[in-house]
Amino acid sequence: MSALTQSSPAAAQSGAAPEKELRPPSYWPFVVPALVVVLAIIIFPWVFTIWMSLNEWKVGSPTTFVGLSNYLRLTGDPRFIEAIGHTLVYTVLSVLLPLVLGTLAAVVFHQKFAGRGFLRGIFIMPMMATPVAIALVWTMMFHPQLGVLNYLLSLVGISPQLWVFHPATVIPSLVLVETWQWTPLVMLIVLGGLAAIPTEPYESAQIDGANFWQVFRFITLPLIMPFLFIAGMIRMIDAVKSFDIIFAITQGGPGSASETINIYLYSVAFTYYDLGYGSAIAVVFFLLIVLLAAVMLYARQRMLWTEIASGA
Amino acid sequence: MTNHNISRRTLLTGTAAAGALSLTGMPARAEVNWKKYAGTKLEVILAKGPRGDNLQKYVKEFTDLTGIQVESEQIPEQQQRQKCVIELTSGRPSFDVVHLSYHVQKRQFEKAGWLADMTPYMKDPTLTAPDLVESDFSAAGLQYAKNDKGQMLSLPWSVDYFILYYNKELFQKKGVPVPKTLDEMVTAAEKLTDTKEGTYGFVGRGLRNANMTLWTNFFLNYGGEFLDAKGNILTDGPEAIAATKLYQTLLTKVAPPGVAGFNWMESMASFTQGRSAMWIDGVGWAPPLEDPAASRVVGKVGYTVVPAGPKGQYSATYGDGIGIAAASKNKEAAYLLCQWVVSKTQGARLLQAGGGVPFRNSILNDAEVQKGVKMPKEWLQSVIDSGKISKLGLPVVIPVAEFRDIVGAALTATLSGADPATELKKANDQYRPILERSEKA
Repeated sequence: MSALTQSSPAAAQSGAAPEKELRPPSYWPFVVPALVVVLAIIIFPWVFTIWMSLNEWKVGSPTTFVGLSNYLRLTGDPRFIEAIGHTLVYTVLSVLLPLVLGTLAAVVFHQKFAGRGFLRGIFIMPMMATPVAIALVWTMMFHPQLGVLNYLLSLVGISPQLWVFHPATVIPSLVLVETWQWTPLVMLIVLGGLAAIPTEPYESAQIDGANFWQVFRFITLPLIMPFLFIAGMIRMIDAVKSFDIIFAITQGGPGSASETINIYLYSVAFTYYDLGYGSAIAVVFFLLIVLLAAVMLYARQRMLWTEIASGA
Repeated sequence: MTNHNISRRTLLTGTAAAGALSLTGMPARAEVNWKKYAGTKLEVILAKGPRGDNLQKYVKEFTDLTGIQVESEQIPEQQQRQKCVIELTSGRPSFDVVHLSYHVQKRQFEKAGWLADMTPYMKDPTLTAPDLVESDFSAAGLQYAKNDKGQMLSLPWSVDYFILYYNKELFQKKGVPVPKTLDEMVTAAEKLTDTKEGTYGFVGRGLRNANMTLWTNFFLNYGGEFLDAKGNILTDGPEAIAATKLYQTLLTKVAPPGVAGFNWMESMASFTQGRSAMWIDGVGWAPPLEDPAASRVVGKVGYTVVPAGPKGQYSATYGDGIGIAAASKNKEAAYLLCQWVVSKTQGARLLQAGGGVPFRNSILNDAEVQKGVKMPKEWLQSVIDSGKISKLGLPVVIPVAEFRDIVGAALTATLSGADPATELKKANDQYRPILERSEKA
């Protein structure tokens, strides 16, 4: 390695210069490849998307500069405004449910019992399946006449539900699929956290006579908080950009009851071929994600404080 | 499926004979020079489905006949449409021959000038077999393939009529006659609905966008027209309201719960399990309905035309075509392939397997071809009868997808109890500016 570095042209050239000036000029060429890649695949597409959003840009027609009119159109577009609502509801539910259930599962699987390893293996299986494939299976399971879910409900005397086939229940039903698939991920992360907790706090709590809930609330939960935060962040990123499950099961329907920003964006850009308007949606969507990320960062700052306090 | 009635030899002799004998016995006219473009390589982009399968399965025969190499790929319909549009916009498509959905893409392709004009090729006897004449295609096919200047921009390949599928066993059990009119259909559906048994009178597409293809059958039969002479959209008039009321009644009163989210797949599942007595959808579903591995109603399915409405009886018609990219460098060779794709042999195979219905009357009405059809005779009859009452099922405009989404959402909303007139009006107000913008551009 060192031989290679020395024989690089920059290093050879600077060899003639005085000793102290060796370093600064010799390193910048190494940044260039990364810079080019970042410019080409991150910066350029972004600038171009913003440029497209300022144009009336329909596939097959000439483009014209229209300033902010695509953005003005967004403010009066009921489908877009509804889509924001659907995205938020969908995201909140599919972050919270796996977090709660995943933590619960982790606490259970952290106990020592026979067949634990095997059951853990079974539990994480949904994570390995391809989303589109499981979406198709779930679609038939949701079928109100023929689906197995309504059959199971009928066994315990509950009347059949419409699941993804009714506007009021479609988002919770889709979240059910997300939760089924991604609870194991949260469980794995939290299990890692549980394994890292020292046993001393538990012993002293036992001596003080704390009950199970108190131990969980005041010892376990604060100590696994950083892990929950990571799990929550991963889930949020996944949920906001979720597309495959919704598209494969409902395509945003019934009506537009499960149309998230992503699904609407896809329709506008690739079904209506309205690239200008689609780009405007993408830009607004991006800003929304930046906002969410800021909220998460703020939460993390607060949590760091908790971490220090509990760690002391 | 493997037992085909036509061998490769029959195809070769058949096509050659058609060229040589020239059926009408006209005096020596130029023959098609099939080998003229031997060695050319063509790229074909296909939508996934029985049409694409039919081409790929037998394309070697075309290569034997012409010496032209054919590379083809099948892509799921929606993605195929997107890929085509993006590539054609770029001006350098990777394909010479394109499979297009007329009911979605006709106007878009015409306006953008993406397809090569086939009219001169069709007039050239060294390129076109004498049996391939314009008048052999059905009216709907010509309406789809020609632009307003009368140029043939593609060859009509396969037509999709909407027909009424019904479960004979359920009809007999309740003693209900097969409906001839839409009103009778509602009455029949009411009698056939038995919620205790979990069976329903009618099933069909409720899902936004997909549902438009069902609704237009009602709309046309109530006398609806999509556009007025000036190109304004007319889907909030009295015909549309009446059609939507019927749609609402059928899908809320006599259809399975959850039908608002049903596409063809969920509808078919309900029908094949014997849980719904009637289903209106495209003609192409006979093979799965008659497949014992997938269906519980094999041999019990009745096929007939869509019942008549107060203002007439039409079958909403959709279709596929095959065209040549205007940017292709091998247009003549590509034309030979298109011609082979819609040839009698290939069309007969498609019809006989139930995978599609050729637009060419000479194929559909040929007794020999009919004999080889593996689907029930009633099915074939419903296809032939539908051909006589065929009418385009969607407006010929560029923003078809928006139309289907917006009006389709209005229809779905009526299934939750919204008022048809209000919803249609709202949808029209939303759609009108989109249409105007696209026609202006």
